[in-house]
Amino acid sequence: MRVIPTLLLRKGGLVKTVRFGRAAYVGDPINTVKIFNDKEVDELVVLDIDATREGRPPAVRKVEEIAGECFMPLAYGGGITTVEEIGHILHAGAEKVVVNSALATHPGTITEGARRFGSQSIVASIDVRRGWLRGYQARTHGGSRDLGLGPVDAALRAVELGAGEILLNSIDRDGTYEGYDLDLIRSVASAVPVPVVACGGARNVGDFLAATRDAEASAVAAGSIFVFQGVHRAVLVNFPSVAVLNEQLFIPLSAGSNV
Amino acid sequence: MSSSDHSITIVDYGVGNLLSIRNMLRKIGIGSRITADPDEIRTADKLILPGVGAFAHAMDRLRKLGFEDVLRQRVLDEGVPILGICLGMQLFARRGDEGDVSGLGWLPADAVPFDQARLRAHDRVPHMGWSDITPGPRSGLFEGAPPDPRFYFAHSFHLAYDDPADVAAWTTHGYRFAAAVERRNILGVQFHPEKSHRYGMGVLRNFAERY
Repeated sequence: MRVIPTLLLRKGGLVKTVRFGRAAYVGDPINTVKIFNDKEVDELVVLDIDATREGRPPAVRKVEEIAGECFMPLAYGGGITTVEEIGHILHAGAEKVVVNSALATHPGTITEGARRFGSQSIVASIDVRRGWLRGYQARTHGGSRDLGLGPVDAALRAVELGAGEILLNSIDRDGTYEGYDLDLIRSVASAVPVPVVACGGARNVGDFLAATRDAEASAVAAGSIFVFQGVHRAVLVNFPSVAVLNEQLFIPLSAGSNV
Repeated sequence: MSSSDHSITIVDYGVGNLLSIRNMLRKIGIGSRITADPDEIRTADKLILPGVGAFAHAMDRLRKLGFEDVLRQRVLDEGVPILGICLGMQLFARRGDEGDVSGLGWLPADAVPFDQARLRAHDRVPHMGWSDITPGPRSGLFEGAPPDPRFYFAHSFHLAYDDPADVAAWTTHGYRFAAAVERRNILGVQFHPEKSHRYGMGVLRNFAERY
């Protein structure tokens, strides 16, 4: 199982949101990436949460700077509209790009990117909010727009376009420490052939187990628990050691494959 | 960059994550140069062929940019050590893309898609994530590795090998396949050493120092 810290960029700093809204400052991105690198995390996701809203292209120099400190896989998202931008991000040292708003506005970019760079390079972030009347809805543009599809259909559409991985984000659970939305994860993971990464609401390592064992996620992502500590959310970048993860997740050492 | 700083030449044919490889080599104190000029291959002591994405696109680029002949001469005729990474290794095979596209043909192997019939329900494709490996008899790349080495994989195809004696390490995703190969001076890894923390550093250091 992969355990993936998700870091959010805003105005050159790292922040952590609650339900895609209120954002607390966490620290300097490069220092934080260095700490996660030293702790040998499985992978990092870095998202520029303002780029699309501000109409900015991806900050390729920033990717290069982050990737220079990152000896593990890096996925970068925010503001991607063209296949050239995907190429620049990958060339700068990221393994994958994360698309979300492009699902609505530039679907051809996703398809051409997958054709040119392989579907393993393209992650679709499916950001889901539960509405009072309409149930689960996939959202784009930082949660502000309705994609017009439910999460399962949105994920299937993303895979059809060329995405090789789904980052499934629960907007309602984001930053709340309420645990993952297991029903949501199960519905999407059982519908698509590609890996699904659960995100939104993680409180502890036990939640990772629930998402992967009970809801069939291939990997888990989290923000708050890796950057905050305690009820007052003091900033403390942290990550459990491989030994602790193995022990708490009961991963048999003989397992050949442990994606 | 000084000329003495060129112990490994990384082939830039527009396919692959070159800066990550150079970053990690720099971190472990090994000089490298990235080149898009086939003539610079003629003076290389040691080569890395990176690669991500589609086999057909990558082979097309290698041929159009004029790398195929000079690589063949240096590697097959002159014995220059080469390390293929991910798709870079798959290009050493006879064929790729479900048999439709010819590769470099240096290894008795084909690049094939994961066999869905042999995967278990929870084995997703692409195979994406960290997996353990089991070194085979020829495993110079893994000498001195820390206990329980694990590496980052991201791929939908893998090598199907005629002669398992060339397999330097195995891994499993649904079924066993080659995580690394070694045939004389031709080495390849299906995983991404440049993204596999100190385990990957060990592999790159071994390539730089032992071959």
